Amino acid sequence: MQPTSSAFITNARKALSDVTLQEALKRLQTGFVESRTRAAARIPEFEALCDQARDIKDHVLANLDVYLEIFEAQCKTQGGNVHWCRDTDEVRQTVLKICQATKAKTVTKGKSMIGEEIAINEYLEANGIRAIETDLGEYIIQLRNEAPSHIIAPATHVSKQQVADAFRSTHTKLNPERRLTEPDDLLSEARATLRSQFLNADVGITGANFLVAETGTSVIVTNEGNGDLTQILPRVHIVLASLEKVVPTLADVTALLRVLARSATGQEMSSYTTFSTGPKRAADADGPDEYHVILLDNGRCKLLNTEFKEILRCIRCGACLNHCPVYNAIGGHAYGWVYPGPMGSVLSPGLIGIENTKHLPQASTLCGKCEEVCPVRIPLPNLLRNWRFHVHDQNLMDWKTNWGIKIWAYFAKRSKLYQFVTRYTLAILALGFGRKGRYKDLPFSKAWTRNRDIPAPQGKTFMDQGGNKISERRTS
Amino acid sequence: MAKPSPAHPLKIALFVTCLVDFFRPSVGFAAVKLLKNAGYHVIVPEAQTCCGQPAYNSGDHNNAVQIACQVIETFEGYDYVVAPSGSCVSMIKEHYPRLFDGTSDWSKKAINLADRTYELLSFLVDVLGIKKISGKNLAKAAYHDSCSGLRELGIKMQPRLLLSSIEGLKIIEYDGAETCCGFGGTFCVKYSDISNKILTSRIHQLLPTQADTLLGGDLGCLINLAGKLKREGSPIQVRHVAEVLAGLTDYPAIGNLKD
Amino acid sequence: MKGARAEILGKIKASLGTIQDNVAREQAAHMRIAHPPRHVIPKRTQIGKSALLNLFREMAEEVAATTSQIDCLKKLPAEVANYLAQHNLPTQLKTDTNSLLANVDWGALATLEVRCGKAENHDHVSVTAAFAGVAETGTVVLTSGVTNPTTLNFLPENHIVVLPTSRLYRTYEDVWEILRKTGTQSDETLPRTVNWITGPSRTGDIEQTMQLGIHGPRRLHLILVNDDG
Repeated sequence: MQPTSSAFITNARKALSDVTLQEALKRLQTGFVESRTRAAARIPEFEALCDQARDIKDHVLANLDVYLEIFEAQCKTQGGNVHWCRDTDEVRQTVLKICQATKAKTVTKGKSMIGEEIAINEYLEANGIRAIETDLGEYIIQLRNEAPSHIIAPATHVSKQQVADAFRSTHTKLNPERRLTEPDDLLSEARATLRSQFLNADVGITGANFLVAETGTSVIVTNEGNGDLTQILPRVHIVLASLEKVVPTLADVTALLRVLARSATGQEMSSYTTFSTGPKRAADADGPDEYHVILLDNGRCKLLNTEFKEILRCIRCGACLNHCPVYNAIGGHAYGWVYPGPMGSVLSPGLIGIENTKHLPQASTLCGKCEEVCPVRIPLPNLLRNWRFHVHDQNLMDWKTNWGIKIWAYFAKRSKLYQFVTRYTLAILALGFGRKGRYKDLPFSKAWTRNRDIPAPQGKTFMDQGGNKISERRTS
Repeated sequence: MAKPSPAHPLKIALFVTCLVDFFRPSVGFAAVKLLKNAGYHVIVPEAQTCCGQPAYNSGDHNNAVQIACQVIETFEGYDYVVAPSGSCVSMIKEHYPRLFDGTSDWSKKAINLADRTYELLSFLVDVLGIKKISGKNLAKAAYHDSCSGLRELGIKMQPRLLLSSIEGLKIIEYDGAETCCGFGGTFCVKYSDISNKILTSRIHQLLPTQADTLLGGDLGCLINLAGKLKREGSPIQVRHVAEVLAGLTDYPAIGNLKD
Repeated sequence: MKGARAEILGKIKASLGTIQDNVAREQAAHMRIAHPPRHVIPKRTQIGKSALLNLFREMAEEVAATTSQIDCLKKLPAEVANYLAQHNLPTQLKTDTNSLLANVDWGALATLEVRCGKAENHDHVSVTAAFAGVAETGTVVLTSGVTNPTTLNFLPENHIVVLPTSRLYRTYEDVWEILRKTGTQSDETLPRTVNWITGPSRTGDIEQTMQLGIHGPRRLHLILVNDDG
């Protein structure tokens, strides 16, 4: 997916005045946020489960090579194929080769963020293979030619009416007079339309929430069942997985699954959690004839040895997005790439470069709510700060802030000079302005005063009022 | 660490913080009064200016380190350092140690200072064990839990405990209390549109509560919230919680000329 | 891709600084796999069998599955017919050929037309046997195999799952243990597909409105068969 993160400020401004988007963002609060709070409160073990999830992930990251090799060996014993790919080009070519080998004309796809990273649909289409998204949200945005705006609810920004419009302009063989005003109308139409795609597909591509080294298994977590129909009906099942998805054992993946759905949607467990190991066995009643797991690096190895390695713990639950005041103000598209919100603001610079994404780690108040709700305890605010050090050191900061901070720091390091300057600044401010106790505007303050007044300072600094002499006035 | 009690005089330093010093010294005097009422006289080291978080949060590591070293030196030798600001205290407690490499002398000093530094209300309740403050105030006050104080220092119960002992004061919990106000230091001017959206959401949650007062522990947030309330023509009075606890409410509220 | 595997593994080992002590790390990993750690398990499952049955049914019903209980397998055809009548559903069923359901005398009820095998798109109702149930979340565990077509779990709009009460367990961990012992062939690590199913298919993708039956079954009915004695 082509990043537009450098246009963050423009994109954010557009998002703020997008009425449909703002309505949709309000719904996230009563949906995911409240549900997660209820789910977390419901089991007394929730915080302990999160600490444990963090420990499992840290253990894996410290032994990533070992577990990947074990996964590969086990997967192969079960008749699966494992492909190692370094970057977008390699994985696209690998997927294409597999599709061409089976003379595929149509591919169905379960939701995959890796698929978005490598823009696999466009690549397949360019090579004469139709790729159809089957997750309802992904299908909707595919029809609208849009990127996902949320990592688990990709069409959260789309209204019911907009879905109906997209269906009408795409499903042209259906009766144009048909009713499409109710969610049920839309659901029935989507079910029927996509059912025939499922049945006719030659290849099914899914992502993987986890890979289990112990058994050579890939795991997908869905509510719709689309990932299942994608993998059991076609001849070939391809799994797109980035390296850090591997976990050691079934016991470990079970522990992680206990925090995933609760953090994502507030469900105790999603409707479908599916463990897939190899192709169908010879005498199985159904299932794919071929099973391919693609292990993709695309920048993860590089992060392992950096001050950002904790982001590799991420299990893509989306809790940080749902609870972020910035995400809730601007939605996902403004971030400009596959991963929005706090985790996207840490991961995207790591994968596509801080030069292209410099606003993302800066556009945060560092309120810390993301870290509070992260089920694997990623220290997101500190990781955002770490990127800010890079922004500063690589001279990517805007000159106003850069110089503002330099000037501030100059005075802050010289307390006598500082006190002199603050005393006289206040004296100037007190001249005539602020009769009502606040300023509607001041020089250099448009960014603040566009939307707020500036409360007037009390008039003299604490130090100037003898604050620094307090100890001398001590009695007894 | 020495156990505080009036019988064993302790050296307590006040870190007044740059916003209090510049904008609203009454908060500093309120802090002094609260500690005096508890039996402790504070010292205000003159060489203090800022904790360095503007530089730190803007990615300027060098200046952040230099300012931190200055703060560490200024507050050397005190048993406790107390500041009426959650964000400044969490800068010292949580982030100063991160500025150094873990083994140097400065690192040890940073950790030492972090251990001795407390936010004002946390100091009164958690260290001095104070549960009640005498006073009277008829405000219907909503309380805003500023992010750093809440999430990095665990300050939630302390202001409410002390406020509940003020005669006549009614505490109102509003839905946005634990959600960011959109200040975020330089964020509010660098990304002012987004900041305004966040801030507006908080105001929309606050207004229906019928509170006549808004209190909090961090001046940055309070100035931000007050600025918006005044722009919207709201009569809600915004003060720092220390002022109410110390009974220093003769000063106009933030952004007001006269009450 | 040629060279990719070596390069990726090499990069990881270099990043972790572990090129020296690979043997020790591999041994430790194999040890962990052979003896997986016992993780935190929610206390809600530490209850007696009858309470466990109630928990299972409550959790399943919370997520829009329906449940019923019969005291022996002989009563299954009538129970199924009853369910179909309640919901005005066709009386043609597709079942798996699992030994549990193979022993059911479907013919006892002339109204039911029962065929076996993998699901076709026109099948409206499937009846399958669960490998196990997990009381913790009202989940049924189904596995693929010769006698168990996975398509029966997803293609029809109405899915009826038969769960003998002896196969109801407290937690997923209990089920993994049994599955590895009795549900897996000797040369397999696991059956090709293991499905944890918790309620019917659903989506919130249209304005965060919860709707059932987007791709998988719209209805999930769990029939518990008492065989615990």
